[in-house]
Amino acid sequence: MAQPIVQIRQLNKWYGNFHVLRDIDLDVAQGEKIVICGPSGSGKSTLIRCINRLEEHQEGTLMFDGEEIGDGTKSLEDVRKNIGMVFQQFNLFPHMTVLENCALAPMWVLQMPKAEAEAVARKFLERVRIPDQADKYPGQLSGGQQQRVAIARALCMNPKVMLFDEPTSALDPEMIKEVLDVMVELGDEGMTMVCVTHEMGFARQVADRVIFMDAGEIVEQNNPEAFFANPQNERTKLFLSQVL
Amino acid sequence: MSATWQPKPARPAPTHVVGVWGWMRQNLFATPGDVLLTIIAALALYYTIDVVFHWAIIDASFSGTDRTACLKEVQGACWPFIEAKFGQFIYGRYPEAERWRVDLVYLIGFVGLVPLLVPQIGWKRANVIFMLGPFPIFAFLMLTGGAFGLVAVETTDWGGLLVTLVVAITGIVASLPLGILLALGRRSEMSIVRSLCIGFIEIFRGVPLITVLFMASVMLPLFLPDGVNFDKLMRCLIGVALFSSAYMAEVIRGGLQAIPKGQYEAAAALGLGYWRVTGLVVLPQALKMTIPGIVNTFIGLFKDTTLVLIVGLFDLLGIVQFHFTDASWATPETHITGYVFAAFVFWVFCFAMSRYSIFMENRLSTDRD
Repeated sequence: MAQPIVQIRQLNKWYGNFHVLRDIDLDVAQGEKIVICGPSGSGKSTLIRCINRLEEHQEGTLMFDGEEIGDGTKSLEDVRKNIGMVFQQFNLFPHMTVLENCALAPMWVLQMPKAEAEAVARKFLERVRIPDQADKYPGQLSGGQQQRVAIARALCMNPKVMLFDEPTSALDPEMIKEVLDVMVELGDEGMTMVCVTHEMGFARQVADRVIFMDAGEIVEQNNPEAFFANPQNERTKLFLSQVL
Repeated sequence: MSATWQPKPARPAPTHVVGVWGWMRQNLFATPGDVLLTIIAALALYYTIDVVFHWAIIDASFSGTDRTACLKEVQGACWPFIEAKFGQFIYGRYPEAERWRVDLVYLIGFVGLVPLLVPQIGWKRANVIFMLGPFPIFAFLMLTGGAFGLVAVETTDWGGLLVTLVVAITGIVASLPLGILLALGRRSEMSIVRSLCIGFIEIFRGVPLITVLFMASVMLPLFLPDGVNFDKLMRCLIGVALFSSAYMAEVIRGGLQAIPKGQYEAAAALGLGYWRVTGLVVLPQALKMTIPGIVNTFIGLFKDTTLVLIVGLFDLLGIVQFHFTDASWATPETHITGYVFAAFVFWVFCFAMSRYSIFMENRLSTDRD
């Protein structure tokens, strides 16, 4: 069996004295789609932010594509360019057009010539179905469009894994579907995805595995059918009874 | 049964809220109180303009070669004084035969600056390189002379607008990059860098500019070994640049703090390193946001150049004041005419900077089209 792309062993993290992540073990296989859910404050966002080291962990090991991520990582930039991330608040760069947002990292990190980077950007804007907005500024787009640009921006780096940190939580209800549709397509194409989300419909449709976290621990994980039909843990049952 | 909803068509706004009359009704004559205020303001405006107009034009003298031209019964501005001393005001004691060198520097500086300020003109990169590389060297050689067959002109003979512009422009050009580095340093995670930057900023901000200039011109030589001595103007330039970079650093730090953490994270997550995150994502936004503060500092710096008088350099204001002592122009109106002239020149430069900053703010705005 191929080596997992992400391999987490006994990961522990503290914010000051607060123990946020407790003994996390998690493997993400190539092409696997994982949905992480749980109440707020359960550490799910912190966990995925550890994968590209936007957060530092204090104990345990975290391997990405065979390389350990930690204090000894020589080039964090080389790791991060292979991990795409989509944020709850989109975090597009407001002073650049949509096209410039997408072409920025290919030009400056992958050293692509400008024309080539823009061609890549246009290709992915096409894929998230907003090619006609390329020359607008993020502030001129709706939330759903901005989030799709953010997805395209991450895809332009041709990442090995995509991390989604509550990508639809800041959106108006009418716009959630357009973002989820893009994510579903991405999953169908075989992208490895780790999504923190409360969209249980998405989890059912796309996920290979659903993970439930509470108080910094992985409480339960299973394939979506079993997870939703037959949760094992009382805590999971309570959570599902409240969100479904 | 189902109904199809049709949005109502938009109608034009009622006539009494649009157009000149609509504007006047809303802004000048909305209530009896507004009418009263409008009348008072109009009268005050009329009175002010009337006084200024009489002084500057109707009662003013426009020609003459000495004080007798400005001794009428009702005497307004004494413009011949300005005319007679104009060369001094612009060049100071720069030898008359060599003034073409200053003019040439002004001309090339102007020709280089204008295309830099007009966004539609291309070649920005080459233009910036020219203005920051060859031009200062050319200006330095041209103004100081002593090489290429040019007569050497000591900086003690420089004066007037020339000194004002040299000090202000050097201060402006040096303080922006220095201020950016200091601001970044103050937010650095490396504690030594951070401490050094905080120390520098707090020392220079905590000391009056006059003190900095005094120290630069009087105390600095004490620390230097015998025989090592550099130019007084140069020492002032360094003092002014360091002083204003401390202010600039705090203005820019304000902008840096306003950038959401998500911007850093998004840029870092794409694989950009510290300098690229800073240079491509954070600084462009922070600088845009702080344009008013930056230009405010520039304007303050421009006006503060008058303080170089304290160490014996004659800037525009200094040289105007110096010529009040000329007995052949001693009239009751000489002082006020000279001050009005100096004030007007300062105002023109500062107002131009202010208008340009507003233009840039609007141009860089990406909120909507």
